[in-house]
Amino acid sequence: MSKAKVNQGINLDEYKDVWIIAEQRDGKVLNIALELLGEGRKLADKLNVNLTAVLLGHNMDEAAEELIKYGADNVLKVDHELLKVYTTDGYTKVIVDLVKERKPEIVLIGATTIGRDLGPRMASRIGTGLTADCTRLEIDETDGKLLQTRPAFGGNLMATIVCPKNRPQMSTVRPGVMKKAKYNPDRNGNIENIVPNIKDEDIVAKVLEVIKSEKKEAGLIDASIVVSGGRGLGDAEGFKLIEEFAKKLGGVVGSSRAAVDNGWIDSSHQVGQTGTTVRPKLYIACGISGAIQHQAGMSESDCIIAINKNPDAPIFNIAHYSIVGDLYEIIPAIMDAIDDADSILEEI
Amino acid sequence: MKIVVCVKQVPDTNEVKINHETGTLIREGVPSIINPDDKNALEEALRIKDEHENVHVTVLTMGPPQAKEALKEALAMGADEAILLTDRAFAGSDTWATATILSAALDKIGDYDIVFCGRQAIDGDTAQVGPEIAEFLGLPQITYVSNLKVDPENNKVIAHRSIEDGYFVVESKMPVLLTAIKDLNTPRYMSTWGIFQKANKTEIIEWTVDDLTVDLTQIGLKGSPTNVYKTFVPTRKFEGEVLEGETPQDKAREFLVRMKERHIL
Repeated sequence: MSKAKVNQGINLDEYKDVWIIAEQRDGKVLNIALELLGEGRKLADKLNVNLTAVLLGHNMDEAAEELIKYGADNVLKVDHELLKVYTTDGYTKVIVDLVKERKPEIVLIGATTIGRDLGPRMASRIGTGLTADCTRLEIDETDGKLLQTRPAFGGNLMATIVCPKNRPQMSTVRPGVMKKAKYNPDRNGNIENIVPNIKDEDIVAKVLEVIKSEKKEAGLIDASIVVSGGRGLGDAEGFKLIEEFAKKLGGVVGSSRAAVDNGWIDSSHQVGQTGTTVRPKLYIACGISGAIQHQAGMSESDCIIAINKNPDAPIFNIAHYSIVGDLYEIIPAIMDAIDDADSILEEI
Repeated sequence: MKIVVCVKQVPDTNEVKINHETGTLIREGVPSIINPDDKNALEEALRIKDEHENVHVTVLTMGPPQAKEALKEALAMGADEAILLTDRAFAGSDTWATATILSAALDKIGDYDIVFCGRQAIDGDTAQVGPEIAEFLGLPQITYVSNLKVDPENNKVIAHRSIEDGYFVVESKMPVLLTAIKDLNTPRYMSTWGIFQKANKTEIIEWTVDDLTVDLTQIGLKGSPTNVYKTFVPTRKFEGEVLEGETPQDKAREFLVRMKERHIL
């Protein structure tokens, strides 16, 4: 295999259209694919080109239809037994073959544990750049190139990256950041069935088994209310109060990295740059100072409440409503107020 | 068996400060560490060495001369050999160019059975260099490794490859490239013996661009497909409101009223 090269003065005009790689697991399209469609649609409209979703797997008829209803103009559907479960070798080969044949100008991939395995392998085989974990994508008004913005140094700094001389311009996009595309049941599009050139021996690293975790998922990504606890709780016991509070509001429990590092709660609850990114209707940060690392995972929430003893905690800079005080006094008071909501609101 | 562990020396991001006027990092006084995921990769290589006969562990890094400190730490933990790739021609490399240089060094080292990297570095968080090296060397890859069994007799590995809601059990023949995550193990500390007998007595091998067979158009700033267009400090958009009150009950009331006004609760 000869190594691909970059910066070879290729003709950029040969490349057209925006592609998204639609990740599915067990035939179900992941939310990140719908977020990519939302973002991809925006870029395609700006460039006045088509939006294509590439879907690999086995037995997934409904998934292809769904991608059209969520905004794709075309779906390239590759249905093959060898593609049932993700493998680096199988997926890279099939998608790179398609990219080389059809020449998209932009390819977006979800920055999931799988997308972050596939993306760099694809880019290095094709001979182009890849920008990881983007949180914002825009088209440069002057020359139509893709401006890819991502956090660096744990979110302390944002960097906008470009890939000026190579195509496609490739990005992985952080799940939970972009807005999902709107569903339109009347939308029509073209589903093309692709017959892949793939054989058993192409797959060197083979998946023997898929094990689903027994541990309950925190369910952060889809939660509309998240109540998070941090170092200010003082100990693991503190999460009992957070759990009770979250339950009262119908929300789920999140945490800062400090609380996870202290062993107070499982890492599946962690919100932030190295944890989950959330954008709920309501985010309540209890005893969380608000390191940039944490802010990177929740600052897009619709409404942020911060409860902290320290009036100078950075979390207050991004909170819509700040409550300065001891969380062990404030939270029980809020729970009581919710129980008495009717009489309290009547008084006003 | 020969294992090469690729490590990166990184600034401890917990200590990083930003110059808000220029939008750049203040690196002075920030301690450098071996990137955490890379340390898990090194630990796993050393465990394989502990459990099997005839295992040789090489650590490889690219960076400025002070990256030797990271290599010394790796030697003190138990690595057998350390190689520093350092040259002005390497400066400004993005992940593509970095992987190009590291794979040229791996070609020169030769005969490896496992190339081990950390999943990602805490300064860039890209997780790209490992898979790119694998592609350039034509190796199978298993990323996000949380559990590993090496079977030298059958020349294969079986790994748990972590995903969001569980893991894949993946089998691959060797040579193979693996990337480690935190769950894989707990890295050991440097031993006193390691510090005095190995780190201080083992000469670190230094290779420059002249020691490698590498296409000069594919390395450094010039050989990087991606460029930084601009950097900036994230800004906030609005002024929040402080919920005032004499007692916790007063503040709780204010909270409830705001939530009802905004139809959140």
